[in-house]
Amino acid sequence: MTRTRLAGYLLATTMLGTGLARAEDVTLTIESWRNDDLTIWQDTIIPAFEAAHPGIKVQFTPSAPAEYNAVLNSRLDAGSAGDLITCRPFDASLALYEGGKLADLSGLAAMANFSDVAKSAWQTDDGAATFCVPMASVIHGFIYNKAAFAELGIEVPATEAEFFAVLDKIKADGTYIPMAMGTSDQWEAATMGYNNIGPNSWKGEEGRLALIRGTQKLTDEPWVAPYRQLAKWKDYLGDGFEAQTYPDSQNLFTLGRAAIYPAGSWEISGFNAQAEFEMGAFAPPVAAAGDECYISDHTDIAIGLNAASAHSEEARQFLEWVGSAEFATLYANALPGFFSLNSAPVAMEDPLAQEFVSWRDKCHSTIRSTYQILSRGTPNLENETWNASANVIRGTETPEAAAARLQEGLASWYEPQK
Amino acid sequence: MATRSRLHIAVFLAPAVLVYTAVMIWPLFNTLRLSLYTAGDDGRVFSGLANFRTLLGDPRWSVAFWNALGNNLWFFVIHMLVQNPIGVALAAILSHPRLRFAALYRSAIFIPTILSFVIVGFAWKLILSPIWGIAPGMLDAVGLKALFAPWLGREEYALTTLALISVWQFVGIPMMLIYAALLSIPEGILEAGEIEGITGWAAFRKIKLPLILPSIGIISILTFVGNFNAFDLIYATQGALAGPDFSTDILGTFLYRTFFGFQLQLGDPHMGSAIATAMFAIILTGVCIYLFGVQTRMRRYQF
Repeated sequence: MTRTRLAGYLLATTMLGTGLARAEDVTLTIESWRNDDLTIWQDTIIPAFEAAHPGIKVQFTPSAPAEYNAVLNSRLDAGSAGDLITCRPFDASLALYEGGKLADLSGLAAMANFSDVAKSAWQTDDGAATFCVPMASVIHGFIYNKAAFAELGIEVPATEAEFFAVLDKIKADGTYIPMAMGTSDQWEAATMGYNNIGPNSWKGEEGRLALIRGTQKLTDEPWVAPYRQLAKWKDYLGDGFEAQTYPDSQNLFTLGRAAIYPAGSWEISGFNAQAEFEMGAFAPPVAAAGDECYISDHTDIAIGLNAASAHSEEARQFLEWVGSAEFATLYANALPGFFSLNSAPVAMEDPLAQEFVSWRDKCHSTIRSTYQILSRGTPNLENETWNASANVIRGTETPEAAAARLQEGLASWYEPQK
Repeated sequence: MATRSRLHIAVFLAPAVLVYTAVMIWPLFNTLRLSLYTAGDDGRVFSGLANFRTLLGDPRWSVAFWNALGNNLWFFVIHMLVQNPIGVALAAILSHPRLRFAALYRSAIFIPTILSFVIVGFAWKLILSPIWGIAPGMLDAVGLKALFAPWLGREEYALTTLALISVWQFVGIPMMLIYAALLSIPEGILEAGEIEGITGWAAFRKIKLPLILPSIGIISILTFVGNFNAFDLIYATQGALAGPDFSTDILGTFLYRTFFGFQLQLGDPHMGSAIATAMFAIILTGVCIYLFGVQTRMRRYQF
C-alpha cells in the first residue's frame, strides 16, 4: 500500500515537474528545406529573437530540399509537424492552407510591411487571406570568376551573341570549363537554365500572364527560343555533365575549374565561403544590345503557422518579428542572396548581393513561369519542364519537340490552353 | 484425448498475429481499399476501378506505368543473369575444401549486403563520377579511358549500371544460401560419385547442382520480390524523378512520386494506392506461378 502511494507521489511530481518546465519555456520548432542555413539560424537569427523574447525557445529543424514537401505533408497529416512551417511559394502552400494545415495570418500587424506582389505567392486566388509571412526572393543570373575573365581578357557579355562568344573563347583557351552545370539532378536545367534566360524572351510578366490567360502557347516563339539557346549549352559544359550533380557543379566553380556558373542568388553565401577568387555576376544576356531586360526575381520563401500548433500565441509573436525590419536586415545580411521582400529598404554589405539586387532597378522583375496556377494539374508543368530542359541540354530532345510535349501536357488539363 | 483444449495454440500465436495484422495486413488491405476511391469535392468518393482505368488507359499514365514495369523487368533480368550465377559460382568456389582464407572471402563478399542503400548509392555515385571518381582514373591507368562514359547520366546505360551496383551489393545473399545448401550435401554421395568416376565439373553439374536446385528456386523468387519492391537505390542515386528522362524509373519510384508528390506536384494517395495495388498483383502473380508451377514439380532428395 505504502509502496503504491510512494509510486503515486513520484508520478505526480514528475508530471508536475514537466508541467512547470513547459510553462516556463515554450519551444517552437521550425520546419524548413534550407538545411544550408542551419548555422545562420542557430548562431544569428534565433539568438536575436530569443534575447528579445524571453521564455520562447526556437528550434530550426530542416530536411533535405528535394524531400521537404513530401516529408512535411506526411508530418502534418500525422500531427507531428513543427509549429512554424517554411512555405514554398504558390500551390504547395495554398493546398496546405485550404486543407486547414496552415493558419490564416491576414490579421498579423506585420503584414502591412509587405507589398501585394510580395504576398501574392502566399494568398488565396482572390487575395482575401494571407497565410505565410514573406521572407525573401531569389534572383537568377550568372556568377563568373573575375580572375578567369581578367586572365583571358574577356568582358562581361550583355547580349546573347557576346555570351556565346565569351563561352567560345573560354573553350578555345582550355584552362577553364566554360560553364559549370550538370543534368543529373535535372532541376538546374529548368531553374538555372530555362527560367533564368527565358524571361528576356517572353518579356517577363507580360508573357507569363499571357500563358496563364491562354493567349500564348508554350509552342510560341518566345517560349521555344530559350530552349534553342539551352540546346547550344551542351558544348560548353564539362566532360560527363550528364552525370554531374548539383553539388558537383558548385564545387567545380568554387574550386576555380569553371569560369561561369548559371546561378540563383541563393548561392552567394555558400560561394563566398568556398571560393578563394573574386566573383562577379551578370544578368541573363538580352537578344540585341539595348533591349529591355527581364530578370527572374522569384518570391521563394515565407513562413507560416501550423494550424495545429499548441503554441500558436508564441508562434504569432515569432511571425510578427519575422515581418519586422529588424529581421529583414538580419536575414538579408546573414544570407546574402536572399533578398528581403519587406517594404523597408535593407542595406546589404555583400558586393555580389548588391550586384544581383541592382538589376531590380534597370530590369523588369518576374517570377518563374511555371509556378503560379500552371503546375496545378497532372502532368505537372514544373516537373515536366525539369525533364524537358535536361533532355534539350543533353540533346536527346529537340527544342521544338520539348515545347510541343509541354504544351500538349498543359492543354490536357488547363482550360484556357485547350 | 480428442477433447484436450487447443487454447494454448491461440495464445502462443496471438502476439505475432496481432503485431503482423497491425503493421502489415491491415495497411495492405487499406491500401487496396484506398485504390478504389478518388478525391471528390467533399472528401473521398468511391469510384470503383476508375483509378486503374486511368493508370492503364490514360496515355500519360500508361506510358509511365509500362516504362516503369519494363525497367523493373530489365532490373530483374540483370539480377537473374548476373547476381545469381555469380552467387552460385562463388559458393561453389568457397565450398572447395582446399581453398584457404575462405572465411575472409565469405565475409568480404557478404559485407555490402548489410550496408545501407544510401551509403552504397552515394559511394558508387562518387566512384563513377566523371569529375572526382576513381573509375575514369583506373580505366586511364590501363589505357582504356575511351571506354569511360558518365554511365549514370546516359539513358542507355543508367539502369544497367544501377542494376549492377545492386548486384554488387546483394551477391552475398545467394552465395550464402547456396553455400549452406552445398555444405549440407553428404560426403558419402560425392564419394560414391568419385568411385563411379564423376569428379570436378561433372560432379558439380550432375550431383551438386540438382541437389541445390530448390535453393536456387528460393533465391530466384526472393530476387523477384526484392526487385519489384526496389526503390531505395534508385532514389538514393537518381532522385525521385529517376533520370535521365525516366530511364531508371521503376515501379517503386513511380509509386513514390505519385503517392507523396514531388516538388510542385502534390501527392495523390488514391492513384498511388492504385500503383501499389498493381505492384502487389504483379508480385503475387509471380510468386503464385513459382509456387504452383515450379516448386511443386521440383524433385527433392532426402538423405
